[in-house]
Amino acid sequence: MFNSLKGLVVTLVSTMHGLRAPVTRQYPSTGNLLKRHDEPTPVKDRFMGFPALTWDETVGEPYCTSCMVCIRGCPTQCMSAVMKDNPLFIEEKSTRRKIVDTFEINLNRCILCGICVEVCNFDAIVMTHEHEMSTYNRNGDRVDLSALLEIGQKHQKATDWIPPTKRVKAVTGGDTGTGPAAAEAESK
Amino acid sequence: MAQVSKTTNRNGEPIEMLLNMGPQHPSTHGVFRMVLWVDGEKIVDVEPHIGYLHRGSEKLCEGEQYNQVITLFDRMDYIANFNNEQIYCRAVEKLMGLEVSERSEYIRVILCELNRIASHMLFIATMGLDAGAMTPSMFCFRGRERIQGLFEAVSGARMMHNYFRFGGLKEDVPDDFVPQVRELLELVKADTDESDKLLSFNEIFLARLKGIAVMTAEDAIDYGLTGPCLRASGVDYDVRKAAPYSVYDRLDFDVPIGLDGDCWDRYYLRVQEIYQSIRIVEQALDQLPEGSVESSLGRRLLRPPAGEVYVRAENPRGEIGVYLISDGSDKPYRVKVRPPSFCNLSALKHMLKDCWIADCVVILGALDIVLGEVDR
Repeated sequence: MFNSLKGLVVTLVSTMHGLRAPVTRQYPSTGNLLKRHDEPTPVKDRFMGFPALTWDETVGEPYCTSCMVCIRGCPTQCMSAVMKDNPLFIEEKSTRRKIVDTFEINLNRCILCGICVEVCNFDAIVMTHEHEMSTYNRNGDRVDLSALLEIGQKHQKATDWIPPTKRVKAVTGGDTGTGPAAAEAESK
Repeated sequence: MAQVSKTTNRNGEPIEMLLNMGPQHPSTHGVFRMVLWVDGEKIVDVEPHIGYLHRGSEKLCEGEQYNQVITLFDRMDYIANFNNEQIYCRAVEKLMGLEVSERSEYIRVILCELNRIASHMLFIATMGLDAGAMTPSMFCFRGRERIQGLFEAVSGARMMHNYFRFGGLKEDVPDDFVPQVRELLELVKADTDESDKLLSFNEIFLARLKGIAVMTAEDAIDYGLTGPCLRASGVDYDVRKAAPYSVYDRLDFDVPIGLDGDCWDRYYLRVQEIYQSIRIVEQALDQLPEGSVESSLGRRLLRPPAGEVYVRAENPRGEIGVYLISDGSDKPYRVKVRPPSFCNLSALKHMLKDCWIADCVVILGALDIVLGEVDR
Protein backbone atom coordinates (compact mmCIF):
# COMPACT_ATOMS: atom_id res chain seq x y z
CA MET A 1 0.00 0.00 0.00
CA PHE A 2 2.72 2.41 1.02
CA ASN A 3 4.82 1.39 -1.96
CA SER A 4 1.97 2.04 -4.35
CA LEU A 5 1.50 5.54 -2.92
CA LYS A 6 5.22 6.16 -3.26
CA GLY A 7 5.03 5.04 -6.87
CA LEU A 8 2.16 7.42 -7.46
CA VAL A 9 4.19 10.29 -6.04
CA VAL A 10 7.19 9.45 -8.27
CA THR A 11 4.96 9.36 -11.31
CA LEU A 12 3.30 12.61 -10.31
CA VAL A 13 6.65 14.36 -9.90
CA SER A 14 7.69 13.11 -13.32
CA THR A 15 4.44 14.37 -14.77
CA MET A 16 5.07 17.80 -13.26
CA HIS A 17 8.54 17.76 -14.81
CA GLY A 18 6.97 16.83 -18.09
CA LEU A 19 4.78 19.93 -18.07
CA ARG A 20 7.72 22.07 -19.11
CA ALA A 21 7.87 23.08 -22.75
CA PRO A 22 7.75 19.92 -24.87
CA VAL A 23 10.98 18.59 -26.33
CA THR A 24 9.32 17.00 -29.33
CA ARG A 25 9.06 18.81 -32.62
CA GLN A 26 6.33 18.95 -35.17
CA TYR A 27 7.87 17.72 -38.38
CA PRO A 28 8.97 19.51 -40.53
CA SER A 29 8.73 22.77 -38.62
CA THR A 30 11.00 23.56 -35.69
CA GLY A 31 10.34 25.01 -32.29
CA ASN A 32 7.93 23.64 -29.75
CA LEU A 33 4.17 23.53 -29.60
CA LEU A 34 3.90 27.09 -28.35
CA LYS A 35 6.38 28.75 -30.66
CA ARG A 36 6.51 27.38 -34.16
CA HIS A 37 8.95 28.21 -36.94
CA ASP A 38 8.20 27.08 -40.42
CA GLU A 39 11.65 26.37 -41.83
CA PRO A 40 12.64 22.70 -41.92
CA THR A 41 14.49 21.11 -39.01
CA PRO A 42 18.12 22.19 -39.34
CA VAL A 43 20.84 19.62 -39.97
CA LYS A 44 24.41 19.78 -38.71
CA ASP A 45 27.21 21.20 -40.88
CA ARG A 46 28.74 17.80 -41.57
CA PHE A 47 25.40 16.17 -42.34
CA MET A 48 25.68 13.71 -45.21
CA GLY A 49 22.61 13.85 -47.38
CA PHE A 50 22.36 12.72 -50.98
CA PRO A 51 25.45 13.23 -53.16
CA ALA A 52 25.46 15.81 -55.96
CA LEU A 53 27.93 17.27 -58.45
CA THR A 54 29.57 20.67 -58.10
CA TRP A 55 29.79 23.49 -60.64
CA ASP A 56 33.00 25.40 -61.36
CA GLU A 57 31.85 29.04 -61.45
CA THR A 58 35.12 30.44 -62.79
CA VAL A 59 35.08 28.34 -65.94
CA GLY A 60 31.40 27.58 -66.22
CA GLU A 61 31.53 23.80 -66.32
CA PRO A 62 31.22 20.90 -63.87
CA TYR A 63 34.27 19.93 -61.84
CA CYS A 64 33.66 16.31 -62.77
CA THR A 65 35.81 14.72 -65.46
CA SER A 66 34.16 11.29 -65.31
CA CYS A 67 37.35 9.66 -64.09
CA MET A 68 35.26 6.83 -62.57
CA VAL A 69 37.11 6.82 -59.23
CA CYS A 70 33.89 7.33 -57.25
CA ILE A 71 32.11 4.69 -59.30
CA ARG A 72 34.79 2.12 -58.51
CA GLY A 73 34.80 3.14 -54.84
CA CYS A 74 31.04 2.95 -54.38
CA PRO A 75 29.99 -0.03 -52.23
CA THR A 76 26.56 -0.28 -53.86
CA GLN A 77 27.36 0.55 -57.50
CA CYS A 78 24.73 3.28 -57.51
CA MET A 79 26.44 5.55 -60.03
CA SER A 80 27.32 5.56 -63.71
CA ALA A 81 29.08 8.12 -65.87
CA VAL A 82 30.20 8.75 -69.44
CA MET A 83 33.18 10.90 -70.44
CA LYS A 84 33.59 13.18 -73.46
CA ASP A 85 36.23 15.56 -74.88
CA ASN A 86 35.89 18.97 -73.34
CA PRO A 87 34.87 21.57 -75.98
CA LEU A 88 36.07 24.38 -73.70
CA PHE A 89 39.54 22.80 -73.59
CA ILE A 90 39.76 23.02 -77.38
CA GLU A 91 38.83 26.71 -77.12
CA GLU A 92 41.52 26.95 -74.38
CA LYS A 93 39.04 28.28 -71.85
CA SER A 94 39.42 25.32 -69.53
CA THR A 95 42.28 23.13 -68.31
CA ARG A 96 40.17 19.97 -68.24
CA ARG A 97 40.85 17.73 -71.25
CA LYS A 98 37.85 15.53 -70.55
CA ILE A 99 34.53 16.43 -69.04
CA VAL A 100 31.46 14.62 -67.83
CA ASP A 101 28.91 13.82 -70.54
CA THR A 102 26.26 11.95 -68.61
CA PHE A 103 26.15 11.07 -64.94
CA GLU A 104 23.45 9.22 -63.11
CA ILE A 105 23.03 8.38 -59.43
CA ASN A 106 20.35 6.01 -58.27
CA LEU A 107 19.54 7.56 -54.91
CA ASN A 108 17.50 4.52 -53.94
CA ARG A 109 20.67 2.46 -53.91
CA CYS A 110 22.88 5.12 -52.32
CA ILE A 111 23.70 4.39 -48.66
CA LEU A 112 25.10 7.86 -47.92
CA CYS A 113 28.50 6.55 -46.85
CA GLY A 114 30.48 9.46 -48.32
CA ILE A 115 33.19 7.27 -49.86
CA CYS A 116 32.70 8.92 -53.28
CA VAL A 117 33.46 12.35 -51.82
CA GLU A 118 36.51 11.01 -50.05
CA VAL A 119 38.10 9.41 -53.12
CA CYS A 120 37.33 12.24 -55.58
CA ASN A 121 40.47 13.98 -56.83
CA PHE A 122 38.68 16.85 -58.56
CA ASP A 123 36.36 18.18 -55.78
CA ALA A 124 33.57 17.19 -58.13
CA ILE A 125 31.11 15.51 -55.77
CA VAL A 126 29.66 16.64 -52.44
CA MET A 127 27.34 15.22 -49.82
CA THR A 128 24.58 17.81 -49.81
CA HIS A 129 22.13 18.47 -47.00
CA GLU A 130 19.30 17.19 -49.21
CA HIS A 131 17.40 14.36 -47.55
CA GLU A 132 13.73 14.69 -48.40
CA MET A 133 13.60 13.29 -51.91
CA SER A 134 10.89 10.66 -51.86
CA THR A 135 9.04 9.99 -55.07
CA TYR A 136 6.12 7.81 -56.03
CA ASN A 137 7.97 5.83 -58.72
CA ARG A 138 10.48 3.09 -58.28
CA ASN A 139 12.89 4.83 -60.66
CA GLY A 140 11.92 8.33 -59.54
CA ASP A 141 15.16 8.75 -57.61
CA ARG A 142 17.46 8.14 -60.57
CA VAL A 143 18.83 11.64 -60.98
CA ASP A 144 20.71 12.72 -64.09
CA LEU A 145 23.53 15.21 -64.62
CA SER A 146 21.44 18.38 -64.84
CA ALA A 147 19.50 17.53 -61.68
CA LEU A 148 22.69 16.63 -59.83
CA LEU A 149 24.34 19.90 -60.82
CA GLU A 150 21.26 21.83 -59.77
CA ILE A 151 21.25 20.21 -56.32
CA GLY A 152 25.00 20.70 -56.06
CA GLN A 153 24.85 24.38 -56.97
CA LYS A 154 22.11 24.94 -54.42
CA HIS A 155 24.35 23.33 -51.79
CA GLN A 156 27.39 25.36 -52.90
CA LYS A 157 25.44 28.60 -52.54
CA ALA A 158 23.87 27.67 -49.23
CA THR A 159 27.10 26.64 -47.52
CA ASP A 160 29.72 28.89 -49.23
CA TRP A 161 31.43 25.76 -50.43
CA ILE A 162 35.20 25.80 -50.89
CA PRO A 163 36.81 22.90 -52.81
CA PRO A 164 38.39 20.50 -50.29
CA THR A 165 41.78 20.50 -52.02
CA LYS A 166 41.98 24.27 -51.63
CA ARG A 167 40.81 24.09 -48.04
CA VAL A 168 43.87 21.99 -47.18
CA LYS A 169 46.16 24.53 -48.85
CA ALA A 170 44.63 27.37 -46.87
CA VAL A 171 45.31 25.52 -43.61
CA THR A 172 48.94 24.75 -44.45
CA GLY A 173 49.49 28.37 -45.50
CA GLY A 174 50.44 27.48 -49.08
CA ASP A 175 49.59 29.43 -52.19
CA THR A 176 45.81 29.46 -52.56
CA GLY A 177 45.48 30.03 -56.26
CA THR A 178 42.05 30.68 -57.67
CA GLY A 179 40.30 29.64 -60.80
CA PRO A 180 42.14 28.26 -63.82
CA ALA A 181 45.60 28.61 -62.26
CA ALA A 182 44.72 26.29 -59.41
CA ALA A 183 42.90 23.93 -61.73
CA GLU A 184 46.05 23.81 -63.85
CA ALA A 185 48.12 22.99 -60.80
CA GLU A 186 45.70 20.18 -59.97
CA SER A 187 45.85 18.68 -63.45
CA LYS A 188 49.65 18.57 -63.24
CA MET B 1 1.39 -38.29 -13.50
CA ALA B 2 3.09 -38.73 -16.80
CA GLN B 3 6.32 -37.10 -17.75
CA VAL B 4 5.90 -33.71 -19.40
CA SER B 5 7.35 -33.80 -22.89
CA LYS B 6 7.00 -32.06 -26.18
CA THR B 7 3.94 -34.04 -27.09
CA THR B 8 2.15 -34.69 -23.79
CA ASN B 9 1.02 -32.50 -20.93
CA ARG B 10 1.15 -33.21 -17.21
CA ASN B 11 -1.74 -35.65 -17.42
CA GLY B 12 -0.30 -37.55 -20.33
CA GLU B 13 -2.73 -35.98 -22.77
CA PRO B 14 -1.38 -34.77 -26.09
CA ILE B 15 -0.68 -31.05 -26.36
CA GLU B 16 -2.59 -29.41 -29.14
CA MET B 17 -1.43 -25.90 -28.30
CA LEU B 18 1.30 -24.44 -30.43
CA LEU B 19 1.63 -20.68 -29.94
CA ASN B 20 3.26 -18.68 -32.66
CA MET B 21 4.96 -15.50 -31.49
CA GLY B 22 6.28 -13.21 -34.14
CA PRO B 23 7.77 -12.52 -36.60
CA GLN B 24 5.92 -9.23 -36.39
CA HIS B 25 5.40 -9.26 -32.63
CA PRO B 26 6.35 -5.85 -31.22
CA SER B 27 8.28 -7.31 -28.31
CA THR B 28 10.83 -9.02 -30.53
CA HIS B 29 12.46 -5.69 -31.49
CA GLY B 30 12.80 -6.82 -35.04
CA VAL B 31 11.61 -9.80 -36.94
CA PHE B 32 12.05 -12.88 -34.79
CA ARG B 33 9.67 -15.79 -34.57
CA MET B 34 9.22 -18.14 -31.65
CA VAL B 35 7.10 -21.27 -31.84
CA LEU B 36 6.07 -21.97 -28.26
CA TRP B 37 4.84 -25.37 -27.10
CA VAL B 38 2.57 -24.54 -24.23
CA ASP B 39 0.91 -26.56 -21.52
CA GLY B 40 -1.80 -24.22 -20.35
CA GLU B 41 0.09 -21.05 -19.51
CA LYS B 42 3.42 -22.80 -19.05
CA ILE B 43 6.01 -22.92 -21.78
CA VAL B 44 7.23 -26.45 -22.36
CA ASP B 45 9.54 -25.84 -25.26
CA VAL B 46 10.43 -23.15 -27.74
CA GLU B 47 11.68 -23.26 -31.27
CA PRO B 48 13.21 -19.99 -32.40
CA HIS B 49 13.18 -19.08 -36.09
CA ILE B 50 15.75 -16.58 -37.20
CA GLY B 51 16.80 -15.32 -40.60
CA TYR B 52 14.06 -12.85 -41.45
CA LEU B 53 16.64 -10.06 -41.59
CA HIS B 54 19.37 -12.09 -43.27
CA ARG B 55 21.29 -9.95 -45.74
CA GLY B 56 24.34 -12.14 -46.17
CA SER B 57 26.69 -9.55 -44.73
CA GLU B 58 29.58 -11.97 -44.31
CA LYS B 59 29.33 -13.08 -47.92
CA LEU B 60 28.92 -9.50 -49.12
CA CYS B 61 32.16 -8.62 -47.34
CA GLU B 62 34.02 -10.94 -49.70
CA GLY B 63 32.92 -8.85 -52.67
CA GLU B 64 33.78 -5.44 -51.27
CA GLN B 65 37.09 -3.66 -50.88
CA TYR B 66 38.46 -3.33 -47.37
CA ASN B 67 37.30 0.25 -46.86
CA GLN B 68 33.84 -0.51 -48.23
CA VAL B 69 33.32 -3.28 -45.68
CA ILE B 70 33.09 -0.64 -42.92
CA THR B 71 29.68 0.34 -44.29
CA LEU B 72 28.51 -3.26 -43.96
CA PHE B 73 29.70 -3.48 -40.36
CA ASP B 74 27.71 -0.33 -39.61
CA ARG B 75 24.60 -2.23 -40.55
CA MET B 76 25.18 -5.37 -38.50
CA ASP B 77 24.45 -4.15 -35.00
CA TYR B 78 22.61 -1.04 -36.04
CA ILE B 79 22.24 0.25 -32.50
CA ALA B 80 25.96 0.25 -31.73
CA ASN B 81 27.47 1.33 -35.05
CA PHE B 82 30.67 2.85 -33.72
CA ASN B 83 31.55 -0.27 -31.72
CA ASN B 84 31.14 -2.40 -34.82
CA GLU B 85 33.27 -0.07 -36.94
CA GLN B 86 35.95 -0.13 -34.29
CA ILE B 87 36.22 -3.91 -34.13
CA TYR B 88 36.55 -4.23 -37.90
CA CYS B 89 39.12 -1.42 -38.12
CA ARG B 90 41.09 -3.08 -35.33
CA ALA B 91 41.04 -6.37 -37.23
CA VAL B 92 42.53 -4.78 -40.35
CA GLU B 93 45.02 -2.76 -38.29
CA LYS B 94 46.21 -5.90 -36.55
CA LEU B 95 46.51 -7.68 -39.88
CA MET B 96 48.64 -4.88 -41.32
CA GLY B 97 50.49 -4.00 -38.12
CA LEU B 98 49.26 -0.42 -38.34
CA GLU B 99 49.87 2.15 -35.64
CA VAL B 100 46.85 4.22 -34.62
CA SER B 101 47.50 7.73 -33.35
CA GLU B 102 46.74 8.43 -29.70
CA ARG B 103 44.15 11.05 -30.51
CA SER B 104 42.17 8.77 -32.79
CA GLU B 105 42.21 6.02 -30.17
CA TYR B 106 40.78 8.36 -27.56
CA ILE B 107 38.15 9.74 -29.90
CA ARG B 108 37.19 6.18 -30.83
CA VAL B 109 36.80 5.23 -27.18
CA ILE B 110 34.72 8.34 -26.47
CA LEU B 111 32.41 7.67 -29.40
CA CYS B 112 32.13 3.95 -28.62
CA GLU B 113 31.24 4.58 -24.99
CA LEU B 114 28.68 7.20 -25.99
CA ASN B 115 27.25 4.63 -28.36
CA ARG B 116 27.13 2.14 -25.51
CA ILE B 117 25.15 4.66 -23.47
CA ALA B 118 22.78 5.22 -26.39
CA SER B 119 22.34 1.48 -26.84
CA HIS B 120 21.65 0.87 -23.14
CA MET B 121 19.21 3.77 -23.11
CA LEU B 122 17.30 2.13 -25.92
CA PHE B 123 17.35 -1.07 -23.88
CA ILE B 124 15.89 0.66 -20.81
CA ALA B 125 13.22 2.22 -23.00
CA THR B 126 12.18 -1.07 -24.59
CA MET B 127 12.47 -2.99 -21.32
CA GLY B 128 10.03 -0.53 -19.78
CA LEU B 129 7.73 -0.88 -22.76
CA ASP B 130 7.87 -4.68 -22.56
CA ALA B 131 6.85 -4.51 -18.91
CA GLY B 132 4.16 -1.96 -19.64
CA ALA B 133 5.78 1.34 -18.63
CA MET B 134 5.44 4.02 -21.27
CA THR B 135 7.00 7.08 -19.62
CA PRO B 136 10.64 5.96 -19.15
CA SER B 137 10.87 5.17 -22.83
CA MET B 138 10.14 8.81 -23.63
CA PHE B 139 12.92 10.01 -21.32
CA CYS B 140 15.39 7.48 -22.68
CA PHE B 141 14.64 8.26 -26.29
CA ARG B 142 15.18 11.93 -25.53
CA GLY B 143 18.62 11.13 -24.11
CA ARG B 144 19.46 8.90 -27.04
CA GLU B 145 18.38 11.63 -29.42
CA ARG B 146 20.87 14.02 -27.83
CA ILE B 147 23.71 11.54 -28.28
CA GLN B 148 22.73 10.98 -31.89
CA GLY B 149 22.72 14.73 -32.44
CA LEU B 150 26.36 14.72 -31.36
CA PHE B 151 27.12 11.82 -33.68
CA GLU B 152 25.57 13.76 -36.53
CA ALA B 153 27.75 16.78 -35.75
CA VAL B 154 30.87 14.57 -35.63
CA SER B 155 30.38 12.06 -38.43
CA GLY B 156 27.60 13.49 -40.56
CA ALA B 157 25.15 10.66 -39.94
CA ARG B 158 22.96 9.73 -37.03
CA MET B 159 23.34 5.99 -37.40
CA MET B 160 25.40 4.68 -40.31
CA HIS B 161 28.48 6.79 -39.64
CA ASN B 162 31.33 5.30 -41.72
CA TYR B 163 33.66 7.46 -39.65
CA PHE B 164 36.51 5.21 -38.52
CA ARG B 165 39.36 4.48 -40.89
CA PHE B 166 42.22 2.01 -40.74
CA GLY B 167 44.81 3.75 -38.60
CA GLY B 168 42.78 6.84 -37.89
CA LEU B 169 39.54 8.66 -38.49
CA LYS B 170 37.85 10.16 -41.52
CA GLU B 171 38.39 13.70 -40.23
CA ASP B 172 39.05 15.38 -36.92
CA VAL B 173 36.17 16.11 -34.57
CA PRO B 174 34.59 19.59 -34.65
CA ASP B 175 36.33 22.34 -32.66
CA ASP B 176 33.70 22.47 -29.93
CA PHE B 177 33.66 18.70 -29.47
CA VAL B 178 35.01 18.56 -25.89
CA PRO B 179 32.67 21.17 -24.34
CA GLN B 180 29.82 19.70 -26.34
CA VAL B 181 30.42 16.20 -24.94
CA ARG B 182 30.79 17.51 -21.39
CA GLU B 183 27.49 19.31 -21.68
CA LEU B 184 25.94 16.19 -23.19
CA LEU B 185 27.19 13.99 -20.34
CA GLU B 186 25.46 16.17 -17.76
CA LEU B 187 22.20 15.90 -19.65
CA VAL B 188 22.59 12.17 -20.18
CA LYS B 189 23.29 11.65 -16.50
CA ALA B 190 20.15 13.59 -15.60
CA ASP B 191 18.10 11.60 -18.12
CA THR B 192 19.39 8.30 -16.75
CA ASP B 193 18.72 9.38 -13.17
CA GLU B 194 15.21 10.32 -14.11
CA SER B 195 14.31 7.07 -15.84
CA ASP B 196 16.19 5.06 -13.21
CA LYS B 197 14.17 6.69 -10.44
CA LEU B 198 10.98 6.13 -12.32
CA LEU B 199 11.48 2.53 -13.38
CA SER B 200 14.13 0.52 -11.53
CA PHE B 201 12.49 0.09 -8.13
CA ASN B 202 8.92 0.43 -9.28
CA GLU B 203 6.89 -2.23 -7.50
CA ILE B 204 5.12 -3.49 -10.60
CA PHE B 205 8.34 -3.53 -12.58
CA LEU B 206 10.07 -5.51 -9.80
CA ALA B 207 7.21 -7.96 -9.67
CA ARG B 208 7.44 -8.52 -13.42
CA LEU B 209 11.22 -8.99 -13.50
CA LYS B 210 12.51 -10.24 -10.17
CA GLY B 211 13.27 -13.94 -10.12
CA ILE B 212 12.34 -14.47 -13.77
CA ALA B 213 14.57 -16.64 -15.96
CA VAL B 214 17.34 -17.13 -13.44
CA MET B 215 20.65 -18.15 -15.00
CA THR B 216 23.28 -19.52 -12.67
CA ALA B 217 26.89 -18.63 -13.36
CA GLU B 218 27.62 -22.16 -14.59
CA ASP B 219 24.66 -22.14 -16.95
CA ALA B 220 25.58 -18.72 -18.28
CA ILE B 221 29.13 -19.85 -19.05
CA ASP B 222 27.93 -23.11 -20.56
CA TYR B 223 25.57 -21.33 -22.91
CA GLY B 224 28.29 -18.90 -23.96
CA LEU B 225 26.55 -15.80 -22.71
CA THR B 226 28.68 -12.66 -22.79
CA GLY B 227 28.27 -9.05 -21.88
CA PRO B 228 25.68 -7.79 -19.42
CA CYS B 229 23.77 -11.11 -19.55
CA LEU B 230 26.84 -12.98 -18.28
CA ARG B 231 27.80 -10.38 -15.70
CA ALA B 232 24.27 -10.34 -14.33
CA SER B 233 24.85 -13.98 -13.34
CA GLY B 234 27.80 -12.94 -11.24
CA VAL B 235 30.69 -13.70 -13.58
CA ASP B 236 33.28 -10.95 -13.63
CA TYR B 237 34.17 -10.97 -17.30
CA ASP B 238 34.54 -7.90 -19.45
CA VAL B 239 36.84 -7.87 -22.49
CA ARG B 240 37.78 -4.28 -21.68
CA LYS B 241 39.28 -5.58 -18.42
CA ALA B 242 40.19 -9.17 -19.34
CA ALA B 243 42.09 -8.30 -22.53
CA PRO B 244 42.36 -4.50 -22.65
CA TYR B 245 42.38 -3.08 -26.15
CA SER B 246 42.64 0.48 -27.42
CA VAL B 247 43.31 2.74 -24.41
CA TYR B 248 41.02 1.03 -21.91
CA ASP B 249 43.95 0.02 -19.71
CA ARG B 250 44.59 3.71 -19.00
CA LEU B 251 41.02 4.39 -17.93
CA ASP B 252 39.63 3.65 -14.51
CA PHE B 253 36.20 2.06 -14.41
CA ASP B 254 34.32 -0.66 -12.56
CA VAL B 255 32.56 -3.66 -14.02
CA PRO B 256 29.14 -4.03 -12.40
CA ILE B 257 28.23 -7.57 -11.37
CA GLY B 258 24.77 -8.98 -10.78
CA LEU B 259 23.78 -11.15 -7.83
CA ASP B 260 20.90 -13.38 -8.87
CA GLY B 261 21.12 -13.60 -12.64
CA ASP B 262 17.46 -12.84 -13.17
CA CYS B 263 15.87 -10.42 -15.62
CA TRP B 264 15.95 -7.52 -13.19
CA ASP B 265 19.69 -7.95 -12.68
CA ARG B 266 20.18 -7.88 -16.43
CA TYR B 267 18.22 -4.68 -16.55
CA TYR B 268 19.82 -2.93 -13.59
CA LEU B 269 23.34 -3.90 -14.64
CA ARG B 270 22.89 -1.94 -17.84
CA VAL B 271 21.72 1.09 -15.88
CA GLN B 272 24.93 0.86 -13.85
CA GLU B 273 26.99 0.44 -17.01
CA ILE B 274 25.68 3.77 -18.29
CA TYR B 275 27.22 5.49 -15.25
CA GLN B 276 30.50 3.62 -15.79
CA SER B 277 30.53 4.66 -19.44
CA ILE B 278 30.01 8.26 -18.39
CA ARG B 279 33.04 7.88 -16.12
CA ILE B 280 35.11 6.49 -18.99
CA VAL B 281 34.14 9.32 -21.33
CA GLU B 282 34.95 11.95 -18.69
CA GLN B 283 38.42 10.51 -18.15
CA ALA B 284 39.03 10.12 -21.88
CA LEU B 285 38.08 13.77 -22.40
CA ASP B 286 40.57 14.82 -19.72
CA GLN B 287 43.33 12.74 -21.31
CA LEU B 288 42.45 13.58 -24.93
CA PRO B 289 45.78 14.47 -26.56
CA GLU B 290 46.37 16.85 -29.45
CA GLY B 291 47.68 15.50 -32.70
CA SER B 292 46.70 14.14 -36.04
CA VAL B 293 43.92 11.66 -36.69
CA GLU B 294 44.88 11.07 -40.28
CA SER B 295 45.61 7.55 -41.40
CA SER B 296 49.13 6.83 -42.63
CA LEU B 297 47.69 4.82 -45.51
CA GLY B 298 46.63 7.73 -47.65
CA ARG B 299 44.01 7.09 -50.26
CA ARG B 300 45.53 4.25 -52.22
CA LEU B 301 43.78 0.93 -52.64
CA LEU B 302 44.40 -1.24 -49.62
CA ARG B 303 46.04 -4.65 -50.11
CA PRO B 304 46.90 -6.12 -46.70
CA PRO B 305 49.41 -8.97 -46.58
CA ALA B 306 48.06 -12.52 -46.67
CA GLY B 307 47.25 -13.83 -43.20
CA GLU B 308 44.52 -14.24 -40.66
CA VAL B 309 43.63 -12.45 -37.44
CA TYR B 310 41.06 -12.71 -34.71
CA VAL B 311 40.17 -9.70 -32.60
CA ARG B 312 37.55 -9.27 -29.93
CA ALA B 313 35.95 -6.38 -28.15
CA GLU B 314 33.22 -5.58 -25.69
CA ASN B 315 30.10 -4.39 -27.48
CA PRO B 316 27.06 -3.14 -25.58
CA ARG B 317 25.50 -6.57 -26.09
CA GLY B 318 28.52 -8.69 -25.29
CA GLU B 319 31.74 -9.92 -26.75
CA ILE B 320 32.08 -9.45 -30.48
CA GLY B 321 34.79 -11.24 -32.40
CA VAL B 322 35.96 -10.78 -35.96
CA TYR B 323 37.97 -13.44 -37.76
CA LEU B 324 39.49 -11.98 -40.90
CA ILE B 325 41.40 -13.88 -43.55
CA SER B 326 43.30 -12.04 -46.23
CA ASP B 327 44.78 -13.60 -49.37
CA GLY B 328 46.72 -10.47 -50.28
CA SER B 329 44.13 -9.08 -52.68
CA ASP B 330 42.11 -5.91 -52.32
CA LYS B 331 39.12 -7.77 -50.91
CA PRO B 332 38.93 -9.88 -47.75
CA TYR B 333 38.94 -13.63 -48.37
CA ARG B 334 36.64 -14.32 -45.45
CA VAL B 335 35.11 -12.26 -42.65
CA LYS B 336 33.56 -14.26 -39.85
CA VAL B 337 31.76 -12.42 -37.10
CA ARG B 338 31.00 -13.81 -33.67
CA PRO B 339 27.95 -11.72 -32.91
CA PRO B 340 27.07 -11.35 -29.22
CA SER B 341 23.32 -11.23 -29.86
CA PHE B 342 23.28 -14.52 -31.74
CA CYS B 343 25.27 -16.36 -29.07
CA ASN B 344 23.19 -14.87 -26.25
CA LEU B 345 20.04 -15.93 -28.05
CA SER B 346 21.07 -19.59 -27.76
CA ALA B 347 20.25 -19.45 -24.05
CA LEU B 348 16.65 -18.52 -24.79
CA LYS B 349 15.45 -22.11 -24.78
CA HIS B 350 16.92 -22.70 -21.34
CA MET B 351 15.52 -19.45 -19.96
CA LEU B 352 12.02 -19.92 -21.30
CA LYS B 353 11.63 -23.46 -19.98
CA ASP B 354 8.82 -23.67 -17.44
CA CYS B 355 8.15 -19.95 -17.57
CA TRP B 356 4.76 -18.34 -18.07
CA ILE B 357 3.81 -17.08 -21.50
CA ALA B 358 3.40 -13.62 -20.00
CA ASP B 359 7.08 -13.59 -19.00
CA CYS B 360 8.24 -14.56 -22.45
CA VAL B 361 8.31 -10.94 -23.59
CA VAL B 362 10.46 -9.63 -20.73
CA ILE B 363 12.86 -12.58 -20.94
CA LEU B 364 13.50 -11.91 -24.61
CA GLY B 365 13.66 -8.19 -23.90
CA ALA B 366 16.24 -8.61 -21.14
CA LEU B 367 18.51 -10.54 -23.51
CA ASP B 368 18.62 -7.35 -25.61
CA ILE B 369 19.12 -8.88 -29.03
CA VAL B 370 19.45 -6.92 -32.24
CA LEU B 371 18.14 -8.90 -35.14
CA GLY B 372 20.40 -7.19 -37.61
CA GLU B 373 23.29 -8.82 -35.82
CA VAL B 374 21.62 -12.18 -35.18
CA ASP B 375 20.78 -12.71 -38.84
CA ARG B 376 23.55 -10.61 -40.36
